[in-house]
Amino acid sequence: MPRRDDLRSVCVLGAGPIRIGQACEFDYSGVQGVQALREEGLRVVLVNSNPATIMTDPERADATYVEPITAEVVTTILERERCDALLPTLGGQTALNVAVELAASGALERLGVRLLGASVDAIRTAEDRERFREAMRRAGLPVLPSVTVTSLARAGEAAEVVGFPAILRPSFTLGGTGAAMVYNRDEYRAAIATALAASPVGEVLVERSVEGWKEFELEVMRDRADTVVVVCSIENLDAMGVHTGDSITVAPALTLTDKEYQVLRDAAATCLRTVGVETGGANVQFAVHPGTGEWAVIEMNPRVSRSSALASKATGFPIARIAAKLALGYRLDEITNAITGSTPASFEPALDYVVVKVPRFAFEKFPGAADALGTSMKSVGEVMAIGAGFEEALLKAVRSLELGRAGLGAPPAVAALDDEALGWRVRVASPDRLWAVAEALRRGWPTEGVAELSRWDPWFVRRIAGLVVAEQAIAERGADDAGTLAAAKRLGFGDADLARLTGVAEEEVRRRRRTAGTVRRYRKVDTCAGEFAAATPYLYGGFGTLDEAPPRQRPAVVILGSGPVRIGQGIEFDACCVQAIAGLRARGREAVMVNCNPETVSTDWDAADRLYFEPLTLEEVLAVVEREQAEGVVAQFGGQTPLKLAKGLAAAGVRVLGTSPDAIDLAEDRERFAEVIRRLGLRQPAGETVTTLDEASAAASRLGYPVLVRPSYVLGGRGMEAVYRAADLASYWAREVVAAPEHPVLIDRFLERAVEIDVDALCDGRDVVICGVLEHIEEAGIHSGDSSCVFPSVSLPLEVTAEVRRIARLLARELGVVGLINLQLAVRDGAVYVLEANPRASRTVPFISKATGVAWASLAAEVACGASLAELGVGDGMPLGVAVKMPVFPFDRFPGVDPLPGPEMRSTGEVMGMADSFGEAYAKAALAAGLGLPLAGAVFLSVADADKPRATALAARLEELGLALLATQGTAAALGRDGIRARAVHKVSEGRPNVVDLMVNGEIQLVINTATGARAHRDGVAIRRGALEHRVPYIATVAGAFAAAEAIAALRRGTPEPRSLQAWAARAGAPGRNGHG
Amino acid sequence: MVYPHAAMDRSLLPAPLAAPRPAWLGLADGTVLAGYAAGGGTASGEVVFNTSMFGYQEMLTDPSYRGQILVLTTPHVGNVGVNADDRESARVWAEGVIVPDLSLVPSNWRAAGGLLETLAAQEVPVAWGFDTRALVLRLRESGALPGVLVCGGEPSPAEIAALVAGARGTDGRDLTREVACTEPYTWRDGPWRPPAASSEGAGRPGPRTPNPGPRVVVIDCGAKRSIFRELVGAGAEVIVMPPDATAAAVAAREPAGVVVSNGPGDPAAVAGVADTIAALLGRVPLLGICLGHQLLARALGGATYKLRFGHHGANHPVRDAATLGVWITSQNHNYAVDEGSLPAGVTVSMTNLTDGSVEGIRADGLGAEGIQFHPEAGPGPHDALGVFARFLARCRDGARGSGLGVRDEEDSRFSEPRTPNPEPRGGWGA
Repeated sequence: MPRRDDLRSVCVLGAGPIRIGQACEFDYSGVQGVQALREEGLRVVLVNSNPATIMTDPERADATYVEPITAEVVTTILERERCDALLPTLGGQTALNVAVELAASGALERLGVRLLGASVDAIRTAEDRERFREAMRRAGLPVLPSVTVTSLARAGEAAEVVGFPAILRPSFTLGGTGAAMVYNRDEYRAAIATALAASPVGEVLVERSVEGWKEFELEVMRDRADTVVVVCSIENLDAMGVHTGDSITVAPALTLTDKEYQVLRDAAATCLRTVGVETGGANVQFAVHPGTGEWAVIEMNPRVSRSSALASKATGFPIARIAAKLALGYRLDEITNAITGSTPASFEPALDYVVVKVPRFAFEKFPGAADALGTSMKSVGEVMAIGAGFEEALLKAVRSLELGRAGLGAPPAVAALDDEALGWRVRVASPDRLWAVAEALRRGWPTEGVAELSRWDPWFVRRIAGLVVAEQAIAERGADDAGTLAAAKRLGFGDADLARLTGVAEEEVRRRRRTAGTVRRYRKVDTCAGEFAAATPYLYGGFGTLDEAPPRQRPAVVILGSGPVRIGQGIEFDACCVQAIAGLRARGREAVMVNCNPETVSTDWDAADRLYFEPLTLEEVLAVVEREQAEGVVAQFGGQTPLKLAKGLAAAGVRVLGTSPDAIDLAEDRERFAEVIRRLGLRQPAGETVTTLDEASAAASRLGYPVLVRPSYVLGGRGMEAVYRAADLASYWAREVVAAPEHPVLIDRFLERAVEIDVDALCDGRDVVICGVLEHIEEAGIHSGDSSCVFPSVSLPLEVTAEVRRIARLLARELGVVGLINLQLAVRDGAVYVLEANPRASRTVPFISKATGVAWASLAAEVACGASLAELGVGDGMPLGVAVKMPVFPFDRFPGVDPLPGPEMRSTGEVMGMADSFGEAYAKAALAAGLGLPLAGAVFLSVADADKPRATALAARLEELGLALLATQGTAAALGRDGIRARAVHKVSEGRPNVVDLMVNGEIQLVINTATGARAHRDGVAIRRGALEHRVPYIATVAGAFAAAEAIAALRRGTPEPRSLQAWAARAGAPGRNGHG
Repeated sequence: MVYPHAAMDRSLLPAPLAAPRPAWLGLADGTVLAGYAAGGGTASGEVVFNTSMFGYQEMLTDPSYRGQILVLTTPHVGNVGVNADDRESARVWAEGVIVPDLSLVPSNWRAAGGLLETLAAQEVPVAWGFDTRALVLRLRESGALPGVLVCGGEPSPAEIAALVAGARGTDGRDLTREVACTEPYTWRDGPWRPPAASSEGAGRPGPRTPNPGPRVVVIDCGAKRSIFRELVGAGAEVIVMPPDATAAAVAAREPAGVVVSNGPGDPAAVAGVADTIAALLGRVPLLGICLGHQLLARALGGATYKLRFGHHGANHPVRDAATLGVWITSQNHNYAVDEGSLPAGVTVSMTNLTDGSVEGIRADGLGAEGIQFHPEAGPGPHDALGVFARFLARCRDGARGSGLGVRDEEDSRFSEPRTPNPEPRGGWGA
């Protein structure tokens, strides 16, 4: 069955900004899919609002629209580009939703656009619980009984149908709030009334609970000839009840017999057929009772998902690529398995290793949010590790998490628990549970008891117990016994673990075991357990006898990835790494990628010349460098992770290409950097370093409040806070500093109301080019990653931007940067202050690349390899249009948390809007970020006292735009004094009806609410949470509100036109040589 | 919720740290590899590997592994224990077992015992800690090799070499008589059925056995029980007869069809069965599976040859020439049918997509079909279960494959979920 020949042009939808539950796995799948389509000679039109993606690099597709992924925008693009087909299955839920909307609106039919990958019917069947259950029932597959209850009168019948235990889920509550578990009729009668009341629509889903059942997932592909293959089986360590994205997972499934596995395999195939997934990939989830083997289908996703990204990396089977080919009509047996280069894709990967995925969380950034895990996903990233067995894979995964501790040793918070509290920590899923389980076993708790408490399969608990017992044995035997070290390495212990256990320095452990011949060797991930020769160098390390790393043709450079996505170190860095690969290749090097994040493009086996799927630890990176006899490593693209490794690598004699470790230290060491600033005659906010609260108070008095305090060496502003009063300093100290007593605390004068600026520059050691100067829209006090930015600057005087450029050139040269540098500056009263310098690619580089049409990271890699800027012919970045970058936040996942932006970064992703004017660009970005700006209706204003002077102009502007004004008493009074009439509305504490009531009633279309400092008033929290929960757009700064007003003005003139990056570049005239060319 | 503090259970110490006893694998090419012994004893045979991730109990009890030392590549073995339903025969037939890691304590609701105890009770040597991937890559290059697995003791290199010199491959050996039944018997059990989670979807029919269904004689060359079970599940009355059964003895049972089973060893060396097949050809619908397929080919005048390292796994794609449908199949064979040797009237009906070897033949005029892989799965995918219904349809239609393309009401059973292909593909002669 050759591919259908009726297609010329296909539109691929991306997933938009990174959010919890929808992350960079869709960049990986989009990149694979787009490439697979273009190989077939199709014109590919891509839509994705997220600039920090590789798929939106303009050379990847024929037309790349960094535009909001909405039905309206996509319709315009489909029409303009005359697309024949739409492929929505690579872009997560966002893309599927838009596809369904386009089908429902008749746009697809009107434009003659065919839907590839999944039919609307299949999508609906998979997504609608009732339809899905009915379909499964018809196919004879067991599903969990559930009934939707809308009245107390009908509640009784529901319990009869469902049985017990049952879970009650009120519909449309945020983050699964109000869910209750009931075990008998009495409990049910009591809980159902509460649950009905908790749902804003008075609807509760009553479902049989399978909490404690084992959870399995199968990644399945089907072609038009009805051949079905299971790419991977995945077993969740955490039982049903914990979202699979938050669970530790293992592949292949390890506690199923073949008969049980085949039951699930058959059911998965039947499920795809029944739902109507004609071609492509899907993920089917099952629950299995651990004691009886009863099983049920839980759900299926008729698209590429996070699990399929994991399955792809775990097996070497490129699911997204193959899904795209299948969508064109190919059969699986007509597609070659690219890993082996010889066998067909109609094949089920066989693993001769174990893969473990462990999620990474960010609860520390959301104080007040309980860290218990449930059915709503909370993790922000994940790591994957490959090992010869479960133990090795688990320990490698734990190392990959970069938690600042090695192995299963209890973190202080767990070690300090008494038995009772530890029991709860074992029983209730949380980010710490693995360590709590290990600690319980360390205290001698029986494995069966721990298994029962945790509902982890006893097999896994016994294996973890084995590791805990092994730790003790290793500690007893010490580092002198070569046999013990060899066995420990085979089990997966890191040199750092062994150092901790034996009290011998890590380097010494390494020296001893290597002397004894215990060296890391590399095996291939080959989809076939060695049965066929594999052509692809996708490797993982271990301590077997075999080394399969193939010989090299060209000098190798190792590029260090960024590890798990976390808030503050996201997909931007992966995008930089992947671009850098192109730069290394352009300089004749073989790019050797080391990374441990299964979601990313960088860990796709064909992204680099070879891939080592390994933890980013000194031990593992050194081993790769040695095995490859690499010329050096590049450490400036993966964010803080590789930067932290640079010093140790250099100390071990490894060449760090580009900016030297000493230059990195010069920029990162506060004292040394201050000296540089002094020498150059530049300004820095006054600051001091302290270690005690007394010192801190004294320093703050000297500097004058407000001050900005933070622990040293942090990423993403972790623990950073603007402190306005001495009393707040004490409470800050109590909250944040206890957690990290070994690090000093930095106190700086806080430049209130300063305009912040991000500058990215590229330096070859001599010459400097400015990639771009970004102006933050919100003022100082909000983390740079959490503020919206505009490029080029719209408000800065020319002399200020000239000064900013001068400072950037001066600093880059003075620090000895060879590659990229990012500067954060603040402008107040015309003076420019240097806040910090990061001698590496920053999170704004991909955005700047899209806005200038230059692949800066690629050029930086060339510079790191010795190319000069003159030779590369690179000049300062020129904006192609006005570009706005806007963050998106995960507050809806964390009930009870105040969604007020501050100096600690909490956004998970970003979008970009590019247009001819600022207003249009901001409007596009807002639309893409889901901030629905109203063109009519009422805006509610509540501003802090300090903001009141500017509130008048803002209110006047909003009124001019035709919006009705509502305000709190205080704000209304302030406006009234300036002659602007706003209707006063009660705060929550002032009685009813209050502002939240109005939001519920749909009488408020936009909320503008600002607060001063960290001490957010309870009423302010209620307003912001109310807006969040009732999906009313809200803006937390006056500056942001002015920007929104400009956007509303632009929108009133008409919807801004979508324009592809290629069209932007053509409009700006052909740029000089750059990485995109 | 709380347990008393206690010393950790030292028996949980991972095996690599627990002073394991050494084991050696000597190969006919002179290589000696080191690992660790779980059980004791010495095994001699042809060293082959299987890449299936599930179903070690089924593999170990498959009589086709007689004469072979089985290397499993799946990282953990023993994790789900052993149980009565997953046995493919009454005992373990592999001569020795090499696994990456052996779990001593199983965890599975069906487990009735541990793997090591089962192997030890039958004195089958089992070793772990070998670099099984290194071994697989070697066998991939050199082809299957005779070898010796020595578990425990301290043999000298010379002693190992002497043992290796005595190791035999399977070429020229008829092993069927060592594993097959010696007396006829009737088999009644159907396939294993999983419990369902709820009354919803649970109303599916179990194995329907029309009484009396078509009677099928299985000539046991070392048959896996899954063949019997699937025949019963498809509605057959199953009579198992030993490989020595003559065509007359088979015919005396008045079967509606005859299945020649899988089994160990070299098809060229198997005595008598090909002659029996030849005598039955055209008189009754025939189905050969694995060794039975190879013997059918020989009975039809074709030849067999040895593959370099055989097919052993649960993931081999096979394409049906008629429908171009692809099945993922369970495979376990070292010999294959030589396509060029097949006489006129015999067609290749299925092909292995990884190496192009013959996976199925048909002699339409004689009502005979051979299938190289294991449609009965056990372990492995169920993609090809429809083969049994298709065969029984032929049995009901009588000899000579007169029921070309006919499906009867029995096919409705294949809307059951455990059979992923609603209709057997490429109906006979379709």
